Amino acid sequence: MTEASYPEELLYHPEHDWARVEGEQATLGITWYAQDALGEVVFFEPPAVGTSVSKDAPYAEVESVKAVSDVIAPLSGEVTEVNAALAQNPQVINEDPYGEGWLVKVRLSDPSEPQALMDAVAYSASLAG
Amino acid sequence: MSPPGARALNRTALFERHREAGARFTEFAGWEMPLSYAGPREEHVAVRQACGVFDVSHMGQIETSGPQAGALLQRLLSNDVAAIPFSVGADAGIGTGGAQYSVLCREDGGVLDDLFTYRLDSDRYLTVTNAATHARDLDWFRAHASEFPEAQVSDRISDYAMLAVQGPLARGIVQAISDSPLPRRMTAASRRLAGADVLVCGTGYTGEEGVELLCRPEDAPALWDEIVRRGAVPAGLVARDTLRLEVCFHLYGNDLTLERGPIEAGLGWCCKEHTGFIGAPAVRAVREAGPAEKLVAFAIDGPGIARPGNPVVGGGEVTSGTLSPCLGVGIGLAYVPSAAAVTGTRLEIDVRGKMRAAVVKDKPLYTKPPEDAPA
Repeated sequence: MTEASYPEELLYHPEHDWARVEGEQATLGITWYAQDALGEVVFFEPPAVGTSVSKDAPYAEVESVKAVSDVIAPLSGEVTEVNAALAQNPQVINEDPYGEGWLVKVRLSDPSEPQALMDAVAYSASLAG
Repeated sequence: MSPPGARALNRTALFERHREAGARFTEFAGWEMPLSYAGPREEHVAVRQACGVFDVSHMGQIETSGPQAGALLQRLLSNDVAAIPFSVGADAGIGTGGAQYSVLCREDGGVLDDLFTYRLDSDRYLTVTNAATHARDLDWFRAHASEFPEAQVSDRISDYAMLAVQGPLARGIVQAISDSPLPRRMTAASRRLAGADVLVCGTGYTGEEGVELLCRPEDAPALWDEIVRRGAVPAGLVARDTLRLEVCFHLYGNDLTLERGPIEAGLGWCCKEHTGFIGAPAVRAVREAGPAEKLVAFAIDGPGIARPGNPVVGGGEVTSGTLSPCLGVGIGLAYVPSAAAVTGTRLEIDVRGKMRAAVVKDKPLYTKPPEDAPA
């Protein structure tokens, strides 16, 4: 994906992660800005299903040829599903960061946490600053 | 992100070309250099299969000249400088000089830099330095030049832009704009390329055929444009690093440092202790006793990418590591105890807390596939 985009239906964490919250479940990934800064992703190893992730703490690593980056959890919860397709095709994170490039799904442990995240307008504004 | 310190970064003569091409930039040794353009993997593959062009104008040049130029360099450089040939061609009297790789050592054998030296004339040599070590190298050259009053040392970093044109099509692309046949591999000679005076060197850092071109900075943009127009793909520092690592060329600051000597690094072949270079006694002692550690090439067995600084279980550390675009696995260079520095030895590397299995491999890690057999 060559054009920056920040879908309105998602919530954003300042460390360039997004969350799609659906009831008690959330899908997590990295933003267009994060994948662009990283460059072509060559390796992603998801956490194991069943592990806990904590808001603001790293839960996985994503690697480009040139660098390793921690992936920060925008919300807390337990991992219920991981995107196994990324093991073979990690560059999907670049091509479709909000769709096929999702990283994990979690069952949220604190339903109030999403209120602390930014909407697309606030996140875009933070990038411009 | 802002550059470290208030100091403005140096820009090469080709900076605007890189910006127009949509390059992503990084700070490297005080220079604002292109990391990649279309993408590191595409650039890497272009060099392996066709042709890429790199702006390496951040590299420095030191010219050593005068009747004692050879003697000074023989004292400084680990290789046998007296063996670098120079011959004057029958046509027009344009000379062709040899190219030689060497390391620059301290008295204790620690490596100050690794360098290519080109012989420009019977008593004139040009040594190409790494960007991060240029100033220190120059001080070292000058400090020792006082022992050789008939040798002059000049800083030429501002006088040259440098392009590396690399890949199986590279020589053909450059030949097409040259006034006469290009110098062969490991030699260097002046040529007119697209109207500019260029020192053409049959060297590179990718394991492919190709040339490195040294020209005046003001001539660089037109030369770059002509080479790109003829099909060379602009390639950045990320591809430069993955290409050199696949063929196990050393990167100064990672695989070569003051803390380790050339024998440990596997560079004994370019150390000729009989020449009496600075550090020769220390290098000889390590060669005779055998080094405690050696630099090995490895490939990760399974997923994962080792990075510089990752410890090797049982002793040693990774000094370079990346994902190999051609091999599709994590590769790298690591110093390991000599007993483990044997092809086929299994290693465990601590990659940020995760143990990754790796295997010691022959160098180079990547070799060109044989030409397709006729059907």
